[in-house]
Amino acid sequence: MTSNLANPRRRSLIVASSALAAGPALFNIARAQAGAIKIGFPVPLTGAFSAEAQDQVRAAELAVKEWNAAGGHKGQMCELLVRDDKLNPGEAATRTLELIEKDKVNFVVGSLSAATQLSINAVTRERKVLFNSISQSDAINEAKDWSLYTFHEALNPHLTAGAVGRYAFPKFGKRVVYLTADYAYGHEMVRGFQRAGAALGVQTLADIRHPLGTADYSAFLPRIQALKPDVLVLCNFGRDLVNSAKQATDFGIKQTTKIIAPVLLYTSRLAGGADAFEGILGGTSYYWGMEDKIPSAKRFNDAFRKAYNGSVPSDYGALGYAGIKSVLQAVKDADSVDSTRVSIALRQLKYDWYKGPQFYRKCDHQSVQSVVIVESKSKNMKDKYDVFNVLAIEEADERNLRTCEEMGHKTT
Amino acid sequence: MEFTPSLLALQLVTGIALGAIYALLAIGLSLIFGMLTVVNFAHGAFFMVGAFVGVYFLGVTGNFWFSLVLTPLVVGAIGLVTERFLVRPLYGRGIDYPLLLTFGLGWVLIEAMRVLFGIEGVPSSTPAALRGSVDLGFGYFPKYRLFLIFATALVVLGLWLFLEKTRYGLIVRAGSRDGEICKVLGVDVARVWLMVFGIGTAIAGLSGVLAAPTRAVNPEMGIPVLAESFVVTVVGGMGSLPGAVVAGLLVGVVFAMTSLFAPAYAELSIFVLMAVVLLVRPQGFFGKAGLLG
Repeated sequence: MTSNLANPRRRSLIVASSALAAGPALFNIARAQAGAIKIGFPVPLTGAFSAEAQDQVRAAELAVKEWNAAGGHKGQMCELLVRDDKLNPGEAATRTLELIEKDKVNFVVGSLSAATQLSINAVTRERKVLFNSISQSDAINEAKDWSLYTFHEALNPHLTAGAVGRYAFPKFGKRVVYLTADYAYGHEMVRGFQRAGAALGVQTLADIRHPLGTADYSAFLPRIQALKPDVLVLCNFGRDLVNSAKQATDFGIKQTTKIIAPVLLYTSRLAGGADAFEGILGGTSYYWGMEDKIPSAKRFNDAFRKAYNGSVPSDYGALGYAGIKSVLQAVKDADSVDSTRVSIALRQLKYDWYKGPQFYRKCDHQSVQSVVIVESKSKNMKDKYDVFNVLAIEEADERNLRTCEEMGHKTT
Repeated sequence: MEFTPSLLALQLVTGIALGAIYALLAIGLSLIFGMLTVVNFAHGAFFMVGAFVGVYFLGVTGNFWFSLVLTPLVVGAIGLVTERFLVRPLYGRGIDYPLLLTFGLGWVLIEAMRVLFGIEGVPSSTPAALRGSVDLGFGYFPKYRLFLIFATALVVLGLWLFLEKTRYGLIVRAGSRDGEICKVLGVDVARVWLMVFGIGTAIAGLSGVLAAPTRAVNPEMGIPVLAESFVVTVVGGMGSLPGAVVAGLLVGVVFAMTSLFAPAYAELSIFVLMAVVLLVRPQGFFGKAGLLG
């Protein structure tokens, strides 16, 4: 590189081309202020979580439509720029960089994996662009990854697992076996359960780790059967959860043991079918059926049904909606599209877009919110969307999060 | 002590049930390789198509047994078309031509299922008659997995009778020994090969419909299965049917036992087994040396 720069002809070429590049860039900045608010939305449209990602896009587009229909802020409309990050951290970083440098987005909302959100955050943090992550992670709010521009709309494993444990352990028993996908997400979930369980005197009989993407769990199940735990916790996700739940059912484990999962997703339940998930209990950020109890959920569901042929939003989809709504509200409050000002407005925001009252904790920008405990239905389903019973809603409470000190933040 | 004899016994049966599916897959792969010298990289995809077709027929007819019979016929028919129009023009061109072709075909089939059924996959449940578990004396074991062992034994027996006791089986065996001589003797070798490819893919489809109730049916489900069935085929000996059965069961048991004592190494264990076999006996348990040469 240095030898290239030392070459005088080459250097003049670079100077000339950067001057050319700077021209349109300056023009873009000028136009962006007058024109629409641009929000970049990198999500894995292809890959294992594509069904969830497409729902995130649908819900985010609804939020944008609502904003534009209401006339925006002083006439300033919003434009959503959806990009496919292919569930790959490198791809996510590249797309985010393009969104910021080429498309000149004002903010970034998105991601659907613990790993991609960290790589997106690394890019946005460095360029001081506000990022609101809509996917589960414990790490993103920890001091080492966090910045003034980092917000986390989704639940985190600690909070979700904790809520499920606090609900299930006192009801179903204290002797627990974990079947855990052997990667960061699985480990974080187990930690969350054990932390909640410690206060309740819960005993871990075994924590069996399986490789990510295992298709056949039968080899792990005789041991679990022999241990006869009160509760079996499936700390895995997506297809792994479907497969392990199905096979545990076949092995008759449900006869002696309650099966719970930290995260029971609407989309996984649809893919796995009623039989495999029968009686399994888990946590989720949102289930459309809470609309009888929560007025904002009813309003959101109705808007979604109207926009998308009567279908209901999924949990991750709803996060796409909330992620955009919060940022746009903060634009209004700050009367600016400057990331720093919008961040300060977001820190003050109290909101209820779809699931009851929420706010971002000051020290780490984690959205403090309720956790919904649901149980899978196999009987008396009204229609194809009717898959869960809402057992309980753990109200939003800062005390259920790890403390700011634990996250490495200095409290002021 | 946590690892009681009854737990070990239950783990062993689990391993055999796992091995049954491995064996069934490897039989199809081995049959095609042994007779046609075609390394079929689309085998995992045929397995996956079998699972989808099976779930589809189950949905339409509501009868598991019906779909169990119909699915291999449909997948076998796809196999016949594949051999006739895609693989046949490549005979005599070296082993890597059909290998690359089937590799590509596998991806085409995956994409086709994504288009037809969506990327999420379809739910599949255990047929009502085989739900629940039975007490084996040392623990409860799912009825459906016992049925898997039984079904595999039946297929192996049927195939053996066909190859050893029927006239057609004799022609197939002769054709694989020396195609040229068979041709001279007036046997239509092309038809024999077509049939063998059809049977091999039909068995892959059958494994798919059999495995569907135990796992998630999605377009990518055949990818890990392909790797596992190659391990079994290599351990048993490329082209050997007894090898496929013995190695399939062995791989299942090794996997199950490693899962019990060191779950983190379960996946690795079958590849270690393959490496050891390759070092000690490169042609596998029952394989002929130099078949690929």
